[in-house]
Amino acid sequence: MKGLTKDRLWAIAVLTPSILLLAIFVYGFIGRTVYVSFTDWGNDPAQALALNPIIKWVGLANYQELFTGFLQGRFRQEMISTIFFTVFFILGCLGLGLGLALALDRNPKGEALWRTIFLFPMSLSFIVTGTIWRWMLQPQGGVNQLPAAFGGKPSTFGWLSSTDSVLKFDWNLLPIITAVVVAIVMGVIAYRAFASGQRTRTIVAAASAAVLLLWAVFVAPNLKMLPAPEVHGFNLALVGIVIAAVWQMSGYTMALYLAGLRGIPEELREAARVDGANEIDMYRRVVFPLLAPITLSAMIILGHISLKIFDLVYAMAGPDNTFASVPALNMYLTSFRQNQFALGAAIGTILLILVAFIIVPYLSSQFRTEESH
Amino acid sequence: MSKVQFKKALLVAAALAVTTSAAAAGKLEIFSWWSGDEGPALEALVKLYKQKYSSVVVDNATVSGGAGTNAKAVLKTRMLGGTPPDSFQAHAGQELIGTWVVANRMEDLSALFKSEGWDKAFPKDLTALISSKGGIWSVPVNVHRSNVMWYNPAKLKAWGVTVPKTWPEFITTCATLKSKGVAAPLVMGENWTQQHLWESVMIGTLGAQGWQNLFSGKLKFTDPRVVGAFTTFGKVMDCANKDASGLSWQQASDRIVDGTSAFNIMGDWAAGYFTTTKKLAPGTGFGWATSPGTSKVFVMLADSFGLPKGAKNRTEATNWLKVLGSKAGQDAFNPLKGSIAARIDSDLSKYNTYSRSAATDWKTNKIVGSMVHGAVAPESFTSAFGAIIDQFAATKNSAGAAAAAQQLAVKSGFSK
Repeated sequence: MKGLTKDRLWAIAVLTPSILLLAIFVYGFIGRTVYVSFTDWGNDPAQALALNPIIKWVGLANYQELFTGFLQGRFRQEMISTIFFTVFFILGCLGLGLGLALALDRNPKGEALWRTIFLFPMSLSFIVTGTIWRWMLQPQGGVNQLPAAFGGKPSTFGWLSSTDSVLKFDWNLLPIITAVVVAIVMGVIAYRAFASGQRTRTIVAAASAAVLLLWAVFVAPNLKMLPAPEVHGFNLALVGIVIAAVWQMSGYTMALYLAGLRGIPEELREAARVDGANEIDMYRRVVFPLLAPITLSAMIILGHISLKIFDLVYAMAGPDNTFASVPALNMYLTSFRQNQFALGAAIGTILLILVAFIIVPYLSSQFRTEESH
Repeated sequence: MSKVQFKKALLVAAALAVTTSAAAAGKLEIFSWWSGDEGPALEALVKLYKQKYSSVVVDNATVSGGAGTNAKAVLKTRMLGGTPPDSFQAHAGQELIGTWVVANRMEDLSALFKSEGWDKAFPKDLTALISSKGGIWSVPVNVHRSNVMWYNPAKLKAWGVTVPKTWPEFITTCATLKSKGVAAPLVMGENWTQQHLWESVMIGTLGAQGWQNLFSGKLKFTDPRVVGAFTTFGKVMDCANKDASGLSWQQASDRIVDGTSAFNIMGDWAAGYFTTTKKLAPGTGFGWATSPGTSKVFVMLADSFGLPKGAKNRTEATNWLKVLGSKAGQDAFNPLKGSIAARIDSDLSKYNTYSRSAATDWKTNKIVGSMVHGAVAPESFTSAFGAIIDQFAATKNSAGAAAAAQQLAVKSGFSK
C-alpha cells in the first residue's frame, strides 16, 4: 500500500488511543444519555435502582413532560433563568472587560499590576468564588451593610433569597414570543440583504419572517402548552449570582480584549488621526470593528460557561433554592436524588443542544476560515 | 537453597498464613454520613462492636455532607456498580423503602427483629414505619423529634405573650407581636426548614391520623381540609422573615437567641446547638414546646442501618446490626449524638435535660413519621416537594400547591 508510509503508521498508532477514548467516553456516553432520555428509566421507583431494571422506550415523553408537565414548572423557570443569566452575564463581562481593557491600553501607571489584579479572580474555582460571595451577599452581611458605612440605612435586598421576579410572562405565550422575536430578526436580515442587493437572501428571509408572523397571529394563540397560566420571569435572586460570575470572568474578558487591542497596528490609528478622526471616532470606526472577532470568541466562551453553570449556583444558593436554580442543578437533583434517570438525561440532552447552538456555528465558521487560508 | 534461606522462606509463609487467617476472621465495611460532630458517636458504636468481635477489622466509610446528600449519591453508584457496603446508613422509613426496598436490593430483617426481641423493644408505631410488604428493613439507631417549637423565655415575657397551643392561636400571637414591633415573629431558614415547618402545620391542622392517611393515600392532597391547611401555612409564612432562603437552620436559631424573632420550628438537634454551641441553659436560656396543635404527637425521624443484598461480610454486618439495636449500643451512641434511643427501655440517667423530656414523650405519645426527613415519603416525593413549597411561597396559591402535591404523590406511587 502506498499511503501507509512509516510516518502515517506512526500517526495512526499515536492517535488511536485518544480517538478510542474520545469515542467511548465522550461520544459513546453522549449517545447513551440521549438513548436513556427516550426511555422511562426511573419513572417507576421499583425499576430505578433494580439489579436488572425493565426499561421501556417512551420516545419524546420525557421532553414533553419537561416543557408541558404540571410538575415541571421548576425546570421551565430554570430555562428562563438560564437565558436571562446568560444574557446578563455576557453583557456584564463584555462591558466590564472592554472597559478595563481600554483603560489598561492607555498604559496607566502600574499597568502590569492592575492587569494581574483584574485577572486574578479567574484563578479561583467557582466554588471558592461562590462561597466568598455568598458570605458577602448574606441578608445582614457585607454588601447590604455598605450603605451603613457611609451613614445610610443598611440595605435589605435579598441578593440570593429574594422571591420576586421582573419581566414576567406566561409560559403559554412562549411560542408566540419566540416566533415574533425570530420573525423580527429575519426581517432585519431581509432588510440588510435588500440594502446590499442580495436578492435570493432577501426573498428567503422576508418569506420566513412572514410565515412566522402569520403562524404567531393565527396558529399560536390556539396552542395551549399548559392548562393554567404559569408565570415566569427574571428572578431577582439571580442578581447576586450574576455579579459573582461577572466578577470572576470579566478579568478574563479583559485579557482577551487587551490582546485584541495590542494587535491593532499603531499605523492604523495614526492613519485615522491623520484623516482627522477624533478619539471617539477612532474607537467607533477603527478599533471596535477590529475587535469584533474577539467579542464573538468571548461570547462563545462565556456563553457555554454560563449555560452549563452548576458549581457557582450550588455554592451560592444551595441546591434547593428554586428561585436561583439552573437546569444543570435540576439535572443532578432529578437523577441522583429523585432517581429519575431518564428525566435527568432529558435535561442533560437539552443542555447539550443549547450549548451546541452556540458552539457548532462557531466551529463551522472556524473550519471555513481555516480552509480558505 | 541453603538452610537459612529455607527457614526464612518458611517464616514468610507462616507470616502470610497468619495475616490471611486474620483477614478471614472478618471485615466489616459500614457506610454513613456521620463525620464531624457526629463522628465521636459513631466511634463509640464501633468501639462497642470491637469489644465483642475483636478480630473484625472495621472499615468506617463516611462521606460527609448534611443529611447525607453526598453520601446517598455515592451509595447509589456503589450499589449500581455491584459493590454494596456491608451495612449503610439511611433515614428510617420510606427513604430507604422507596429507593432500595422497592428495587429489591435489601434483605428482610424480620427474623433478626424476632430473635433479638426488638419487636417489643421498639414502639409499634416505629416498627410500622420501617416495615413494608410484610418485611422490616432497617434497624433504627436514634430518634429525633421534628415537631418542636423553640423560643426565648425571657423575650416572650418581655413581649407579654405565651406559647400558642394551636395554629390559629399562633397566628393571633403573631399579629400581637407584629403590633409590638417584631417584624418577623417566626424565623425560618432555607427551603428544607420551610418544608419542616409545613409538616408541623399540616400535622397540627389535620391531626396525626389525617397525616398518616395523607401518606397512605387515603386522604388526598386536594381534599378541602388539606387545602385549608395550606392556607393556614400561608398565613404562618406571612409571620416569617423574608430572607429565609439565605439562612441555615443555625442562623435561624440565632435569631431566637438574640430576640429578633420569637419562635422557630426546628428538629430537636437545635437543643444541642443551643446548649453546646450557644452555652444556654435548657428551660431558662432557651425554651421549647411541641409545635402548635401537636401536643400528644411525636413526629419522628430516625437514622437506621440496613443490610443490602450481596453484602460481602453478611455475618459481621448482622452482628453490627445486633449491636446497633441493643440497649448498650443505643445508650452509647445517642447521648453523644444528642438524640434519644429508639428503644423504650433506655437508661435516661445518661441523657441531658431536653432528651429526657423527649424520651418520656417517645414512650407515651402517638408516633408519626416526618416527611421532609424521609420517614413517610420516598425520595422522589421529598426531593421534588421543595419546588412546590417555593412556588407556594411566591404565589400563596393553596389550591395550586395542593394539586401539584397530589400529582407528585401519584407519581411517587403512594396515592391514586
